[in-house]
Amino acid sequence: MNGPDLSVEIAGVRFENPVMTASGTFGSGREYSEFFDIGRLGAIVTKGVSTVPWEGNPVPRVAETPSGMLNAIGLQNPGVETFIREDLAFLKDVGTKVIVNVCGKSTEDYLSCVERLGSEERVDMLEINVSCPNVKEGAIAFGQDPKVLFDITDRICRIAGKPVIMKLSPNVTDIAEMARAAEAGGADAISLINTLTGMKIDVEKRTFVLANRTGGLSGPAIHPVAVRMVYQAAHAVRIPVIGMGGVADAQDALELILAGASGVAVGSAVFNRPDTAIQVIDGIRDYLIRHGIGSVRELIGAVC
Amino acid sequence: MAKTQSLMAIVEKEKLTEDIYRIKLKYGREAKIEDIIPGQFVGVYPPQKDKILPRPVSICDFEKEERLITLVFRTAGCGTRDIASLREGDELKVLGILGNGYDIEQLRGKKTALLGGGIGIPPMLYLAKKLSGIADVTCYMGYRDSHTFLLDDFKAASKTVTATEDGSIGVKGNVLDALQADAQKGTFPEALCACGPLPMLRAVQRFAAERDILCFLSLEERMACGVGACLGCVCRTVSEDEHFGVPLARVCTDGPVFEQSQVVLEW
Repeated sequence: MNGPDLSVEIAGVRFENPVMTASGTFGSGREYSEFFDIGRLGAIVTKGVSTVPWEGNPVPRVAETPSGMLNAIGLQNPGVETFIREDLAFLKDVGTKVIVNVCGKSTEDYLSCVERLGSEERVDMLEINVSCPNVKEGAIAFGQDPKVLFDITDRICRIAGKPVIMKLSPNVTDIAEMARAAEAGGADAISLINTLTGMKIDVEKRTFVLANRTGGLSGPAIHPVAVRMVYQAAHAVRIPVIGMGGVADAQDALELILAGASGVAVGSAVFNRPDTAIQVIDGIRDYLIRHGIGSVRELIGAVC
Repeated sequence: MAKTQSLMAIVEKEKLTEDIYRIKLKYGREAKIEDIIPGQFVGVYPPQKDKILPRPVSICDFEKEERLITLVFRTAGCGTRDIASLREGDELKVLGILGNGYDIEQLRGKKTALLGGGIGIPPMLYLAKKLSGIADVTCYMGYRDSHTFLLDDFKAASKTVTATEDGSIGVKGNVLDALQADAQKGTFPEALCACGPLPMLRAVQRFAAERDILCFLSLEERMACGVGACLGCVCRTVSEDEHFGVPLARVCTDGPVFEQSQVVLEW
């Protein structure tokens, strides 16, 4: 007997299951391949890459908060050439889809990185990070104004050799407006939510805990915000939505799918349990069997 | 697939001082036990579900035959307090074994001083035991005051010199004061291994660099993943990382033990 169908299609790309890693929490998969078979993931979404190596922020870069964590890594990465030579080479024989996250400080940065990755066979999709709250120039500045978001999306999509996902920031007043701007700019899909900007103060030392002062909040604490925003975004656009934010188990993932997400990503939960994404995949399968549902696709946006 | 996350049973728990605890953890029946190098650590998860990140704790002792590891930690926040509130028989979620330890081979035959300050003291016990018969070891242990811990264990394992900031026990001052007092008497070390607060590590680094002594430092930094994926816990290095192309190293996987000339202890 065949089990339920977990496959989904996003912008013409077929995924064995809807569960991915959230950019920045999983490197390029190498470290976690020592814990479980990363080929079982629906997709690996890599940590953001830029045209040249980025150093990131001073330490402390991370802090724990109630049911979550703050990070201000600042997108440290080896640059796109090393990424292609080493990270993509590592992913060559991993049997899953690869979505490369791209970051930049200027429009030109994004364009040259997107162009460089467009010819790489191993890259299935590009996710554009216009929503990182931890770098001073660029990044989130492109993701908080609908006009600016439209422009950069438009310019990227004109040259991208791969389907483009625009990753949206939750640090906006109207997420539906941002989703529509990305769609109008030609995005093939959107993903949300990136982290919520937060701050933690050490009361005894009377200092900021993070060297960067502010950081991005992730973890179970932000999950209800993610569900709400995925719901609003999914109702504002026709392009597929990938949902993320505080997913720690299949229930959390199913909430996002029911709210309208075609795919879901597991982020900082991996730090708590390395194989969380596998638990989520198995849990979604069990749910489908328990409810006699043939395909996970029947659940996408089913609560409306 | 070499790394694991597993449940380990607390078989012994002891309060050593007001805020320092010792727990002995037993590997599960299925666990494959590999050798542990001194300086390596585990990630310990607080039992409460609202805490998501592992706490890095160095291995204080390892008894392979008995399938036991010993951890000594300070209750610094609510996560470590929750761990300390567990009882014998409870289980702890543990990630590891993690990180790179001390290079024992480089210390072979050398007159070696182990310097531990505060909560940097515990890993030196396992190192002292491992170096027994391999190197001529003296342990210099620095405490704030008379509330010492593990001293009897150190004395049983090697020559041990105690320093306290208030002078209540042993040499008045820090571990480096104690080391220099001995050096003046003619017992100069050929190698140093140090773990402790950043000001102490900086002083040890300077001491070793000025005298061109082989020196390993064990660094501490706030961590998230513990396995090298998130880049949360980096330190400054002298040369560029081969992969990342910037002068930074990951404390969790490139360290936590570094040769002193490789790291820059400023940001």
